[in-house]
Amino acid sequence: MDDFLVRALAAGIGVALVAAPLGVFVVWRRMAYFGDTLAHSALLGVALGFLLGISLNIAVISVSLLIAFLLLALQNRKQLATDTLLGILAHSALSVGLVVMAFQQDVRVDLMGYLFGDILAVTITDLLWVWGGGVVVLMALGLIWQQLLAITVHEELAQVEGVPVLRTRLLFMLMIAMVIAVSMKIVGVLLITSMMIIPAAAARRFSNTPEQMAFVAALIGILAVGLGLAGSWFQDTPAGPSIVVSAALLFLVVQLLPSRR
Amino acid sequence: MTDTSPLVKATGIDVSLGGRTILDQVDLSVARGQIVTLIGPNGAGKTTLVRVMLGLIKPDAGRVERMRGITIGYMPQKLQVPENLPLTVQRFLKLASDREDAGGEQVIEELGISHLLRQPMQNLSGGEHQRVLLARALLREPDLLVLDEPVQGVDVTGQSELYALIGRIRDTYDCGVLMISHDLHLVMATTDDVLCLNGHVCCSGHPESVSRHPAYLELFGSKVADNLAVYTHHHDHAHDIHGNIIEKQEHDHG
Repeated sequence: MDDFLVRALAAGIGVALVAAPLGVFVVWRRMAYFGDTLAHSALLGVALGFLLGISLNIAVISVSLLIAFLLLALQNRKQLATDTLLGILAHSALSVGLVVMAFQQDVRVDLMGYLFGDILAVTITDLLWVWGGGVVVLMALGLIWQQLLAITVHEELAQVEGVPVLRTRLLFMLMIAMVIAVSMKIVGVLLITSMMIIPAAAARRFSNTPEQMAFVAALIGILAVGLGLAGSWFQDTPAGPSIVVSAALLFLVVQLLPSRR
Repeated sequence: MTDTSPLVKATGIDVSLGGRTILDQVDLSVARGQIVTLIGPNGAGKTTLVRVMLGLIKPDAGRVERMRGITIGYMPQKLQVPENLPLTVQRFLKLASDREDAGGEQVIEELGISHLLRQPMQNLSGGEHQRVLLARALLREPDLLVLDEPVQGVDVTGQSELYALIGRIRDTYDCGVLMISHDLHLVMATTDDVLCLNGHVCCSGHPESVSRHPAYLELFGSKVADNLAVYTHHHDHAHDIHGNIIEKQEHDHG
């Protein structure tokens, strides 16, 4: 096997492993569109990163968090529904990102690569980011798992029982931002959310506990990465979208399986 | 044993949301071993008051003092586990505390939910659901139990059993209880103090006196007040918490 394919596989598996346990919470907490908004705003992060000459990962995480706080502030005003606010933020951030990029004529940016990922061009540095960032996120998630689960079931009950609700929610948003930052080059900002949601949704039918669902989602994600890369290798299809197509097909197959009940 | 200083005490609570006054100068306190019931029509601010007492909302005016170091067991009015979250009853209960000691088993036994432990939360009936919520509150060994409409979704026989159980819990755990109820006649037997709320405190005191209070009669109408007679009658049998008949047991509502 070629080196770039091994790197692609390693990166894809890394993304699948970290996206799955976050993805189950995104599904339980109905935050799919929130994840999408952060992902869209990642492009603004990339543009600002180039503009300021700072690490793109840092820039993406910062912009994601900024957008998240902006959302919280707007939500508190209670004038518009959350989905409207998310729509405004997602598309504004994406467009501002594109406009800022257009101003930087001297920087050659592979826009398609950031939008849809370029997993076959993954470097060793990218791999280190994915796996390093992934381990950090997974360890942090492990630490707050119980609390995050408690506020997912009932936020106020958890608060009365002593769970630091705001801190837990902020940490969760930070983790999503980190995952978007490190996996952006692999599946692209427009497709990252699908790596969180589709495997998690597919895993529901096989799971009796929250942890089982996260574990099965990770397996399904890894399988999708393998299938997508295989399709890309043999049929020369775009790698990022092929992975998402594989995940979607796996989801469909799971739905067609006869019910256990 | 009985400590006279209140576990939680609210004075002069004002809350308004979106220009509408929800609570106006409300005082409320709960002591150890005391059961205080909030009654009042829909939109009277009962849940808002409870949320203020729990520290979930900051009142616009007034103050809430909670005794230092007390543990609160809370049973929210509405708890719906997301459909796509696989969670058994056992796991749900463990979210409240990590204890695995015998005391936990005693609570589960007492509430009659041991056969439900492996069931998904989404499969429970109304009565089962409420008992599981109550168990979660009790597993924390609370000093103060706060119950927001504990009998909702429970059939009538189950309701009085659940209220009786809450009374026993108060005795066993020597905790204070603050609960919200719609029906004064059902809680009469178990409650020590009733606070009739309609934005402000209409009347308060012992259930018997509240039920005859002009403000209460005006708020609920004399027809409802007449129904209070229900609670003084006697059965020749009783129902346990599952609705099964327990024969010839002395069953005194009053």
